[in-house]
Amino acid sequence: MSGKTLYDKLWDDHVVRQEEDGTALIYIDRQLLHEVTSPQAFEGLRLAHRKPWRVEANLATCDHNVPTTELKGGVDTIEDPVSRIQVQTLGMNTKEFGITEFGMGDPRQGIVHVVGPEEGMTLPGTTLVCGDSHTATHGALGALAHGIGTSEVEHVLATQCLIQKKMKNMLVKVDGQLKPGVTPKDVILAIIGKIGTAGGTGYAMEFGGQVFRDMSIEGRMTVCNMAIEGGARVGLVGVDEKTIEYVKGRPYAPKGELWDQAVEAWKELRSDDDAVFDKVIEIDGSEIQPQVSWGTSPEMVLDVDGIIPDPDQESDPVKATSIRNALKYMGLEAGTAIKDIPVEYVFIGSCTNSRIEDLRAAANVLKGKKISDKVELAIAVPGSGLVKQQAEAEGLDKIFVEAGFEWRNPGCSMCLAMNADRLPSGKHCASTSNRNFEGRQGAGGRTHLVSPEMAAAAAVAGHFVDVRDYL
Amino acid sequence: MDKFVKMTAIVAPMDRANVDTDAIIPKQFLKSIKRTGFGPNLFDEWRYEDVGQPDADNSKRPLRKDFVLNQPRYQGAKILLARENFGCGSSREHAPWALKDYGFDVIIAPSFADIFFNNSFKNGILPIILDEKVVDELFNETFANEGYQLTIDLAEQKIIKPNGDAIEFDVDSFRKHCLLNGLDDIGLTLQHSEEIKAYEENRKATKPWLYAN
Repeated sequence: MSGKTLYDKLWDDHVVRQEEDGTALIYIDRQLLHEVTSPQAFEGLRLAHRKPWRVEANLATCDHNVPTTELKGGVDTIEDPVSRIQVQTLGMNTKEFGITEFGMGDPRQGIVHVVGPEEGMTLPGTTLVCGDSHTATHGALGALAHGIGTSEVEHVLATQCLIQKKMKNMLVKVDGQLKPGVTPKDVILAIIGKIGTAGGTGYAMEFGGQVFRDMSIEGRMTVCNMAIEGGARVGLVGVDEKTIEYVKGRPYAPKGELWDQAVEAWKELRSDDDAVFDKVIEIDGSEIQPQVSWGTSPEMVLDVDGIIPDPDQESDPVKATSIRNALKYMGLEAGTAIKDIPVEYVFIGSCTNSRIEDLRAAANVLKGKKISDKVELAIAVPGSGLVKQQAEAEGLDKIFVEAGFEWRNPGCSMCLAMNADRLPSGKHCASTSNRNFEGRQGAGGRTHLVSPEMAAAAAVAGHFVDVRDYL
Repeated sequence: MDKFVKMTAIVAPMDRANVDTDAIIPKQFLKSIKRTGFGPNLFDEWRYEDVGQPDADNSKRPLRKDFVLNQPRYQGAKILLARENFGCGSSREHAPWALKDYGFDVIIAPSFADIFFNNSFKNGILPIILDEKVVDELFNETFANEGYQLTIDLAEQKIIKPNGDAIEFDVDSFRKHCLLNGLDDIGLTLQHSEEIKAYEENRKATKPWLYAN
């Protein structure tokens, strides 16, 4: 019999009940909640007179709607009334049901996918869900983590379980060594460029190979975060010494004897050498170049030296239409060099790239430089209050501000523009976020997905450049 | 949830691949704390000339006349015909809420994004996966025939064309049962409370570190 994949092990460990048709009841260890996808779930509980199954399994924070500018009066002074009601509603719901919330003003508040790992709420070997597709992030710690809809948020609150069918196993193997200036963001963008946005649909996507072994935990989070952009709900990396070192000492992580027991169990959390995957993709890490997306889907991505494709050269009519639609929306012409695309806005932040290593990397490019006068607004938005504190302790805020960036408070911000941080129509933005869909950063806004280093370099140049010329 | 019954309805063709949930319902409408009322803002950026706001009177907004749902021939459609990877991106359940609120009960596509697919069933929408060639044919027939209707028979797992031809489709037996009977997942799961408790007790004993806080 062949060995088990990491996903097989995590799945098997959480089956409460298995039906003959393959449907299973899966136990959920942890749930993270935020203000956008939870109100209707709490309302459902109330209407059915139900209580949360296990209150302590849940942790809430507000992120999508929170302003990133200074707000002295707290929640009640959020200018946009609908944003304010949503943030207030999370506060009232968590209070009513006894769930811990890191609210606005709490230094632990931040983007839910930054907060979970930072607090040790995300542990190896757990199942973790959240009403947000970027929950795949937490798989970087060897947790089975994925996004769910609001009905499922309510289902987990009420039953601590989900009704699911097992996914298939996919391995994305990237061996070799990354070139200097090539980052985890470039790796995941290159993977999506290769497999397409539906390449991982129906699969749990494990990332294996030398590149991921060498990668920091925060880098692995960036990679797993965007598994969903390749169609996979789940991203995974096996547990190693780095994982254990990362989790150690975090507020919600086990302590003392329980810690020792946990570490012993976590060492098993990797795919067996003889595990069989349903699909394997291999990429040579040494060939990956810095990436820039040019279109309106994350698979529309190129090396920084690339040239925007011509829809007339595309034989598949559905794809040709997609390219034409994208070029029209982006205001770009086939044959244009990526490096000739102007950059008017720069956004460094989001659950993909707002951790301390991301901010350090961007600051390293910006140090002693000024952003181009062609750039109308550049903002750096830390992923949590604690990331912000750490960055300020290292003086990174000063580097950003001296270069011409605005240094903001934590939140999802211009990744999806539910708060006041919006990309104006027609403007091109170098963004470290995860989605370049039409209207994602603001109606009519034109998003280009890049690494923090590439965003910083683009800010200095006023157009896309190869960051390796700036290091 | 209402029971899913055999239905015959007009088909609206959404002829583009990778339609994401940001396009289905843009972010400014996610600020509602209700499950209803999203229909007027379904596909908002494609449907209207201006930028929609949550409190706007949508009936007064200028429409993009060429957008499929604004064309007279597709009014009253309850079946949406779509291309590959429909519903990709954000996990927002507001997307199926908006589709349902608008009036769609069925979506036919060659493939769906996982989270959207799952969310649809929970809201009484039947997503049907068909071979790409069959979907292509349905697009052609929909374009060619004004008022083109299909009959969806979930119990028999068949789509019946106007000429009487039937297309069979697959559906998960559990999901089918829930849709046909209008069943609430939570109520079903809670029938297994004792098993969940037993599993949890075992987990507390074997992995106590998960219950330390």
